[in-house]
Amino acid sequence: MKVLVPVKRVIDYNVKVRVKADQSGVDLANVKMSMNPFDEIAVEEAVRLKEKGKATEVVVLSIGPQQASETIRTSLAMGADRGILVKTDQAVEPLAVAKILKAVVESEQPGLVITGKQAIDDDSNQVGQMLAALLGWPQATFAHSLELGADSAKVTREIDGGLQTIEVKLPAVMTTDLRLNEPRYASLPNIMKAKKKPIDEKSAADLGVDIAPRFKVLKVSEPPKRGGGVKVASVSELLDKLKADGVI
Amino acid sequence: MTSLVLAEHDNAGLKDATHKTVTAATQISAPVHVLVAGENCEAVAQAAAKIAGVEKVLLADAPAYARQLAEPMETLILSLAGTYDAILAPATTTGKNILPRVAAQLDTPQVSEILKVVSPDTFERPIYAGNAVETVQAPQGKVIATVRTTTFGAAAEGGNAAIEKIPAAADPGLSKFAGESLSKSDRPELTSAKIVISGGRGLGSAENFKLLDAIADKLHAAVGASRAAVDAGFVPNDYQVGQTGKAVAPDLYIAVGISGAIQHLAGMKDSRLIVAINKDEEAPIFQLADYGLVGDLFKILPELDEELARRGYK
Repeated sequence: MKVLVPVKRVIDYNVKVRVKADQSGVDLANVKMSMNPFDEIAVEEAVRLKEKGKATEVVVLSIGPQQASETIRTSLAMGADRGILVKTDQAVEPLAVAKILKAVVESEQPGLVITGKQAIDDDSNQVGQMLAALLGWPQATFAHSLELGADSAKVTREIDGGLQTIEVKLPAVMTTDLRLNEPRYASLPNIMKAKKKPIDEKSAADLGVDIAPRFKVLKVSEPPKRGGGVKVASVSELLDKLKADGVI
Repeated sequence: MTSLVLAEHDNAGLKDATHKTVTAATQISAPVHVLVAGENCEAVAQAAAKIAGVEKVLLADAPAYARQLAEPMETLILSLAGTYDAILAPATTTGKNILPRVAAQLDTPQVSEILKVVSPDTFERPIYAGNAVETVQAPQGKVIATVRTTTFGAAAEGGNAAIEKIPAAADPGLSKFAGESLSKSDRPELTSAKIVISGGRGLGSAENFKLLDAIADKLHAAVGASRAAVDAGFVPNDYQVGQTGKAVAPDLYIAVGISGAIQHLAGMKDSRLIVAINKDEEAPIFQLADYGLVGDLFKILPELDEELARRGYK
């Protein structure tokens, strides 16, 4: 079974983002970029499936500027087999991403698509579900563990009340939650090997997908700041203050 | 001009997240219809009918909806979608799971986790773990959005809506429920509790989380956790507060042994009052806290427990 893993290049999760003074967006100039952490978990899961002999090939796809090929390269160093870069310099909204992925799925015919449950830049949490719907496939979102069978997958999901296990027919889309696995670090020999693995370049137009934005972003602003607090010296002083504030 | 709200429930009871989503819906397109899809969930429909501002409750009661799996829910909502100007769901794991499927089929982009309705087609939503707020205008046509429930007040009781039973839509038969393991607790739910006490890596073990339990019981608080504490296995995943866990905004949030990673702050910084207890004076959580107590939590927590008992909290 072939596994397709869509990955996104995002601002590194450790970077404190700054809103631009003109409110047109956040400042991405000279900021460290990395693979979306949830997508890293997706790559790891796919590579483990290959190592267990359950997947035959792991194809990684990214939509973004030329530098997104570095994100693909990172996945290849982790053990994925080849990459597809859908090159664009504009921001692509989740619905358009799902349409691009649909077109790629139709040509690649994977048995499973694994991707992050959300990207930590726009926090939309939509692409996996939208892709599954457009393909008429089932979905297993927020995956905590996966048991892959021949025609179906048993997936335990992280839900608000705890854990839920569902069984979905294959092909299916799975989105990862934090506890699915711990992604590996690529070794130096594997990083060298990854340089020789192929990355195919396409454009959204090649795939027949219109990626013109549908939303109008009117502004991006700083969230309201909290006023500075005070240190208290003891438990009893703390309780006095909370009582005075009427919260306990 | 009508909006459809997907009810959040567990077949036995209606969740507060529904009331908050109704509030958002009334600001976008009133009147509001509420869809209750489940199995043996008539009581939920009756509760939804009492929400002020709700004109009609649609009740789809069938085995296919017992667990509100995404695929049958998609076909059900699509069968109703035509007449609505807005389709909303709370940004719970259920709403987040289902609604993007509906949006994709209607070729309508979805606005995730709206914080505020600026006008019926313009919304504020958090991006970058809430470190920035985006104001977006949706295209003409239907509005499809999930609602961050912590920023909307709950719609009041006092309505008397009609309940209309609707037939089940086709079940695509692609998925089935195979089991669950839900946390059981007599304490209030994390997302609706007035007081939340959360522990982090500093607690050190699952056993030590019991120090929080004693205090939570005295304050009628819910217990939460940082990602680090969940990853370390101290508590289950449903305790997690943060960018990718639950967003909470209680009157009082007590962070114990939590350093304050931006991913955690994203889920609790809208709380009315924040208390931080941490031995590291430089921990980022203190920059956000209204009251900070620097010290060893293993000394402070028993002291807090005793002091609460002395003041008559039990």
